[in-house]
Amino acid sequence: MKRIYSVLVENRAGVLCKVAGLFWRRCFNIDSLAVGETDDRDVSNMIIVSSGDMRTLEQIEKQLNKKIDVIKVKTFDESEAVSRELMLIKVKYNRNNRKDIMENCEIMGAQIVDLSKSMMTIQMCDTPERVRIFLETMRTVSIVEITRTGTLAMPKCAN
Amino acid sequence: MNAADAAIKCLEKEQVEYVFGYPGVAICPFFDSILDSEIRTVLVRQEQNAAHIASGYARISGKTGVVAVTSGPGAENLITGIATAFADSIPLVCITGQVDSRLMGSDVFQEADISGAVESFVKYSYIVRKAQDVPRIFKEAFHIASTGRKGPVLIDFPIDIQNDTVSRFSYPETLNMRTYKPTVKGNTAQVRKVVKELQKAKRPVLCVGGGVHLSGAVQLIRSFAHEHGIPVVCTMMGLSVMPTDDPLFIGMVGNNGQDASNQAMNLADLVIVVGARVADRSINRPNLITENKTLVHIDVDPAEIGKNAGPNIPLVGDIQSIFEDLSAEEITADFSEWALELKELSRKDEEKLEAEGMNSAGGEVRPLAFVRRLSEAMEGDGIYVADVGQNQLWSCRGAMIKDGRFLTSGGMGTMGYSIGAAIGAKLAAPGRQTVAVCGDGGFQMTFMELATARQYGVPVKIAVLKNNVLGLVRQYQHFTYRDRFSVISLDGSPDLSKIAEAYGMSFVRLEREDRMEEAIKRFLDSDGSVLMECVISPDETA
Repeated sequence: MKRIYSVLVENRAGVLCKVAGLFWRRCFNIDSLAVGETDDRDVSNMIIVSSGDMRTLEQIEKQLNKKIDVIKVKTFDESEAVSRELMLIKVKYNRNNRKDIMENCEIMGAQIVDLSKSMMTIQMCDTPERVRIFLETMRTVSIVEITRTGTLAMPKCAN
Repeated sequence: MNAADAAIKCLEKEQVEYVFGYPGVAICPFFDSILDSEIRTVLVRQEQNAAHIASGYARISGKTGVVAVTSGPGAENLITGIATAFADSIPLVCITGQVDSRLMGSDVFQEADISGAVESFVKYSYIVRKAQDVPRIFKEAFHIASTGRKGPVLIDFPIDIQNDTVSRFSYPETLNMRTYKPTVKGNTAQVRKVVKELQKAKRPVLCVGGGVHLSGAVQLIRSFAHEHGIPVVCTMMGLSVMPTDDPLFIGMVGNNGQDASNQAMNLADLVIVVGARVADRSINRPNLITENKTLVHIDVDPAEIGKNAGPNIPLVGDIQSIFEDLSAEEITADFSEWALELKELSRKDEEKLEAEGMNSAGGEVRPLAFVRRLSEAMEGDGIYVADVGQNQLWSCRGAMIKDGRFLTSGGMGTMGYSIGAAIGAKLAAPGRQTVAVCGDGGFQMTFMELATARQYGVPVKIAVLKNNVLGLVRQYQHFTYRDRFSVISLDGSPDLSKIAEAYGMSFVRLEREDRMEEAIKRFLDSDGSVLMECVISPDETA
């Protein structure tokens, strides 16, 4: 089972390490982790996607709440959230596949943000699922480098 | 005033009596400032034991134990002591010297990332970055260590910051930590549910753990149990919540516990776990505990509830507060008959114990008989500190605790804990008889602290069960590896009478059962520190 944790923490040195260490120490999975400041500079928001059985998912929330640098933990399912991931992918292209790549980008709403004679960098920002699908379509191309933010998420307004 | 002076002032504000530790250059400003204070210092012989002494002190005094050591190896040696305290939720504030903050991260002499190293077994840790943060950090550290689920807090204190000036010292009266507000009062609706279950129950059992001691709720639990005739079982950390011979006390649960107490858990239709973790050593198959019964789990730490077993009624809060609330409710039920039934079972355990564990055919000293007679002969409010290994299991099963305390390293199982813990306990309560029982393995891990006891005039009584082997490992290899004994011989151990002499202690040797009474009397009646060697067979199992 997948679960998203939105963890507000004190924006202090070492806090990321403490939270990540907790997952390591207690054998919890981290599928992805993204951190950034909030509107309050003293507070950061960590979005952690984890998976496990019900008891583990509940323990994750309780153990996070126990950490003294943690201000608040919100947890929700993917279906209850708006989630986005940003991926940059650099590929080698040639005359034969250039058009295909461009078409794929167009279909999936990805943008080519950098270009040289033999390589291009594509930016894909969408739901984690669509990012995954786009990445699958690029498997036939020679991939040079990939970087991903991990999932960013917040509960839907209607919740 | 420099930051080291400020730190000492903070300790004074917290009414700290003792600092246990070991200096080195990186903590010298702190130990210089403490000279001008009334706070007493105790120099240990190895840093790990500073934490064990502080732990024994904290458990008996109910206050937070304070430790101060130097950077690098000093701090690293302390790690086992910190982890031991964390596993048993003992409140400690551990101050470690650190290299110059401008050099941190460059691997200079005696630099260690101690806050990183202890992260998974401290409740919280600080690195002091600015001198003026000292009052707030110390106030928070003591608050965090001693409230909620208690535990060790580390303050890493770079030497240049210790020497920095604090222009105006003011110790915060109150704290407002937005991220730390432990629940004290139990949810009223949940309390009512517990009352309702009790009214409905036919066979309830209270299972008490170390949290009852930590919360200071021992008397409350005793009177609550007695008011309704509810039988009580305990975990290892919950020993001495009830006097061993209390008619409602059935025994310790778990693999190493008594049959009657485990039976009680099985037969019960309502189990109320109070301040215990439902951990592997006490509840073998936690998923079965909810079968055919209602489980109530009362703990100050919400993360413990549901971690190992899903309770029907979770109740988060301080045990003392919750039992005050429970005592105020009207409960008409009385379970004295059910308690009698269980006591009958427990009498059978006792008979078996006497027949199999205490009966000496060849005149040899049986360890169970020894711990029983020793504890019976102790003063009523005496403190019995068990080490780790077979001696711990015999002590748990055999010790007769009246109105005293039973201390041991339950969670971490740290060998050698008993000597430091006994010294700390004695310092906290000089008027109470304090006895440590250990094996010859554990003794040799920490007996350097006999010098500490001697130096500070702390009369400790230490009984060493001597079988020349690592008994619990040997027993395991006997059963599991069919007597393929590997690395368990303690040949080469010192002559304990000479150790006693070297440290200026009296010495008592016990080899024959018929001399037991007399030997125990000499051991307990001698003034000052006494070392007792109790020779037992390596074939004894626990």
